[in-house]
This record gives sequence, structure tokens and C-alpha cells, in this order.
Amino acid sequence: MPAADLVANVVVSGILTGLVYGLMALGLSVIFGVVRVVNFAHGEMMTIAMYAATVLFAAFKLDPFLAMLPIAAAFFVFGYALQAGLINPFITRPEHSQFMLLVAVAIILVNGLLMIFGPDARNVNVDYQLESFELGPLLIDKARLFAAMAAVVAAAGLFAFFKYSLTGKAIRACADNYLGAKVVGLNVKHLYALTFGLGAVCVAIAGCAMVLLVDVTPPLGPAYTLLAFVIVIVGGLGSMGGALLGGVLIGVSEALAGLFIAPSAKSMFSFGLLILVLLLRPQGLLGRRS
Amino acid sequence: MQRRAFNKALAATGALAALSPFNLVRAQAQKLKVGVILPRSGYLGQIGQSCQKGADLAPGVIKEMLGVDLELMNADFESNVDTARTRAERLIQEGANVLVGAFDSGASAAIAQVAEQRGIPFIVNIAAAPQITEQGYKFVFRNFQTAGDIVRNGLDLIGELFQATSSVPRSAVYMHVNDTFGQAMTKGIGAILPTRTQLPFKIVDQISYDPAAKDLTVEVSKAKAANADFLLLVCRLQDSIILRREMVKQRWQPMAIVSPGSPGMYEEPYFNALGKLSEYSISNVPWYNPHAKLTKVVERAFKKQNPKENLVFHGLNAGFTFEAILVAADAFKRAKSTDAKTLADAIRQTNITEKMTLGGPIKFNAKGQVEGIGSACVQNLNMLPTVVLPASAATAKPVFPVPGYKK
Repeated sequence: MPAADLVANVVVSGILTGLVYGLMALGLSVIFGVVRVVNFAHGEMMTIAMYAATVLFAAFKLDPFLAMLPIAAAFFVFGYALQAGLINPFITRPEHSQFMLLVAVAIILVNGLLMIFGPDARNVNVDYQLESFELGPLLIDKARLFAAMAAVVAAAGLFAFFKYSLTGKAIRACADNYLGAKVVGLNVKHLYALTFGLGAVCVAIAGCAMVLLVDVTPPLGPAYTLLAFVIVIVGGLGSMGGALLGGVLIGVSEALAGLFIAPSAKSMFSFGLLILVLLLRPQGLLGRRS
Repeated sequence: MQRRAFNKALAATGALAALSPFNLVRAQAQKLKVGVILPRSGYLGQIGQSCQKGADLAPGVIKEMLGVDLELMNADFESNVDTARTRAERLIQEGANVLVGAFDSGASAAIAQVAEQRGIPFIVNIAAAPQITEQGYKFVFRNFQTAGDIVRNGLDLIGELFQATSSVPRSAVYMHVNDTFGQAMTKGIGAILPTRTQLPFKIVDQISYDPAAKDLTVEVSKAKAANADFLLLVCRLQDSIILRREMVKQRWQPMAIVSPGSPGMYEEPYFNALGKLSEYSISNVPWYNPHAKLTKVVERAFKKQNPKENLVFHGLNAGFTFEAILVAADAFKRAKSTDAKTLADAIRQTNITEKMTLGGPIKFNAKGQVEGIGSACVQNLNMLPTVVLPASAATAKPVFPVPGYKK
């Protein structure tokens, strides 16, 4: 039986990593919740944000936490343009057309990254990357803690935007009643593009945080797309709180599975959790029954 | 041209045309087509590219050595076993006379099946899983140690290391990648360690992990909790970098990290990614002889092709890949044919004494395996992989326990 301090360390690490996962999945959940399009290029977009952070670090020694601002801004524009230019025409088309469109985007992104950056792993080497805080028996990885804090701040900002701003309320209105939103004169296509832009911002911030935790390679994208799906299905597709909760649950369950069962069985455990949720609560932990 | 000469030329052309359907002309080809399959992208990409450097310099060096013309047909299997199988099929379809590769045991085992089915010789450059040459294949050859040999030599060198540094560590935590190679090594360690009574340590915990893992926090936490004297590690490249960083984050300071025979810690990207943290890691691996005559020749060719790089970081990968192609070229020269069966028979008769890597001559046994390949204890010193044991090949003294460590 592992010692209590070992379990505590592993759980804390799982929670911190899970919060970053949660922010990534939050982007997917927001896009689906409003636009009703599943972004199959989600992980690939995060990989681009990670590469952007490594490029800015290599060129200007820009800390990924500072790089979040320009990268998030660029991603907002990219997300807006992608929705307005490419996805909006597919909104009324069958789901398989939307699926193929975004899978094609994902494949283009992965291969583009391979052509530009090659297969080698890249990372950033910030001063605090190998440092940790000691808190009694807990040893907390500084980079992981900062990444989780950034994820929480970004998620809180997004919650506040949707709850208190007029634009946020308008977006929620579009999500609740597409026809009603059109009737009252909301520019739904613009709001959809805005939502996709906000989802891309989540991905950008999550990518900048994630690059402090893992090295980036082009094939990382599909793995993160899959992970984001597992998280939003566990948390509840379309639920913002559910995405964060799902992220933390997956982060902690993978960590504990690694500790108590076998590290190489971590993924198996998160998929086991997914099946369990699908059987017992198909709408996800915080999702609404449709 | 006189009428008689013209008639002779015409007759010769006619004979060539008549013989070619029966592949008689092809069998007397002047050029050997070598299909080189390596993982040049994916999680093994960096090592695959390192192996490729050995392949790239082979045609020029071998032309000078043996007067044989080689044509390389390069294929990347993207660190994916299924892709390795399809790439091997395609190379054979495109006319490869012999296959060389594939660094990874799983991929090599898959290619071996294809080569055997299609009757094309396959020379393994680097891959240690014993089963590759235990299947009774007639077209599969390996000039690299099996996992058992690597472990045996690696553990013996650990014994020598302790003796040379007068150290007596009592416990080790064993971490390994969970792939074909890692499992073969684990099996080897399980079988051989109990027979090495001179080794004073016991394995107190065993932790396997995914070779493509991006985060090893839990694995390192678990290993640290075992409170062992040193870390016995069977790794790949990328995971060894992640693992080393995580050890620092978790402030885990064992006496040393010792690999009983795996890639990773002597590779250039390990030094580049970790800087000073790469120092003192120890790998007991098949290695090249820096004093060998052929090494000097290869070193010159390597420098010419890669002016900014140092062979020492690619010696193992490039050396064994070069030697695999050398085996093919030597057999082709003796066989004077690209016919697969004739070529395979010639490979079986190989006896290359002038070689680059440590150990005896390249001679295949009945299973297609070269025996007696030597290992060296390579420690990272002053940012270079340095041979510290055996004493006869050493260029520096081993350091154990490593400085800056508490125990």
C-alpha cells in the first residue's frame, strides 16, 4: 500500500494537470454548447498554440505565461475566421459533413506542423521549470501549479463573460434558442464566430500552460483531441463546469490508476471511467438531459 | 563499325533481350538496391535520423572499401509497427534486393515476417528482442546483441563499475518502457540477475511505463517512494529526458541512473535537452571501438557529411547501421548476384574481421545471429558520452556515486 504522502502528492499533481486538461476541454464544450459543431481539430489547435509558445520563447525568451496574451489574441482571430469562413456554411449541413470538414482541418494542421517543425520534440526551458514548492510532505511542481492557476483564471474569466456581459448573454441566447435569437435580431453567425474564437482562446491558453508540462510534437494533437472528448463526455457535453470537473476527474483518476494499478494502464482507466459514465449517466456528470 | 563487329553487337543485344525475361541479367546486376527502413519520425524519430546518418555515408565508404555500388531506398516507418510492415512490402515491390533496419524490435519483428514471406534478405541493424532470430527464418540476420546478451553484458559491467569505484549499493528500483524491447529486457534481467551473485543489490520495485508517455510524474513518484540506492533504467530517448527532468522536480537523488543496455542517455538530444543534468548518466551498451581502423574511415566520411556533428553521439546508431549495409555489400560482392537466395547464402558465409563496433568478427550462426558483440560502460562526462569500462577501452575513470547526490 503506498504511503499517504505519496498518494497526496500524486493526487495534487493529478488535480493540477486536470485543471489544464479541463481548460482545453472547456473550449470544446463551449463551441459545441453554442455552435453545435464538434471541433475534431481541437487537440491539433492546442498543439499549434504549444508550438507558438516554443517559437516565441526561442525568439524573444518570452515566458509562456506572457506569451498567452499574443497567442490567445491570434487564436481568437483564427477561431473567428475559421467559423465565419469555413464552418458557418456547414452549420445546416448533415453532421457527417461537419465531421469530415473538421477532420480534414485536423489532418492539414498535423501535417503542416510536421512540415514546418519536423518530428522532433520541442519544449521551453524557463528558470522555474525544474523547481518545486515544499509544503509539508507535499512537493508541488512550480510550473504545474502556475499552469493550473492560469487555467482557473481563464475559466473564471470565461464564466464571468458568459454570465455578466451582454455579448455573453446573447451567445447563451443563441445556444438556448437558435430561432428565438434570430427573431429578436441577434446576428447569430457573428455570435457563432465569436464563440469559436473564445473556444480557440481557451485552447491557446491551455496550450501555453501545457507546454510547460510536456514536450510538443505534431502527433500530440490527435491524442489531445481524444482526451478532450473523454473529458467533455464525462463532464457533460456543453457544460462549462462539467468540462473543468471532467478534466480534474480524468487527471486524478489517471494519476491514481498509475499509482495503484500500473502506470502503463493510465489511459485504460480513463476510458473505463468514460464507459461507466456513459452507462450510468449518459448526459455526463453535469450535463443536461436533452 | 565493320559488318562483323556490328553483327557481334547485335548478337549480344539479342542474347541480353532473350535472357532478361528469366532474370539472368538482373542476377548479374552491378548495383545492390538496399531498402533502409528506419523510424525517422514519431517518438523514435531522433534515433532513426541518427541511424540514417550511418546509412547515408555507407555507399561512399563501401564503394572505396569493396568497389561495390549501392543504391539506398530510404523509408520512414514513423515509429509505427504496422507502417513498418507496409513500408517493407513497398520496398520489395519497388525492387529492393535486401532490407536493412529497423532500430525498433517490434518493427524489426514485423519486417522479418515480410522478408521471410517474400524471400528477401533482411539485416537487422539494431533491435534486441531475441525472438527475431529464434523463429527459424532463413532470410533474417542480425548484427546486434539480443536482449539477453545486452543484459548479461550490461549487468557484468555494473559489477565492474561497483568494483572499480569500491561501491556497494544494496537496492535498485527498476523502471522500463513497456514495449517489445522493454519487455524483452525485463525478461532478460529477471532471468540473468539472480545468476549474478557478485552483484550486491536487490530490485525493490519494478515500474513499467508507456514509451510515448508525455508525463512521468506518477512513475517517478512511485520510484522515489521505493527509496532505492540507484535507478536501473531501460528507456528510449524522449522518455529518458522527461524522466530526468521529473527526477529533478521531485528532488529525487539516487546514487546514479544506470541503464543495463538501452538507448536514450548517450544520444545528442539528451545532452541538448538537459544540459548539465545529462551529466553522469550511465549506459552499458554495445558500442564502437574508437581506435578501430574502420572507425577512422567512417569518422572522416561522417564529418564530411555532417560537418557540425560529432560521431560520438551517433556512434552506436550510425555504426551498427553502417555495418548492416556493409554485410549486405560484402555478401553481394562475393555472390556477384542480387538473387535473393544466393545473397542470403552469401550473408550466411560472412566473416568480416575489420569492423567498427566492439567484439569479435561479424559471423552469423545457424539462426542468423552474430555472437560475441562487445559492450562498454558509457558515462556522460563533460557533456560527452565517454567509455569508462572495460578498462582496456576506457578513456576516463567511472564516477559512482555521482557528485551532488546525497547518498
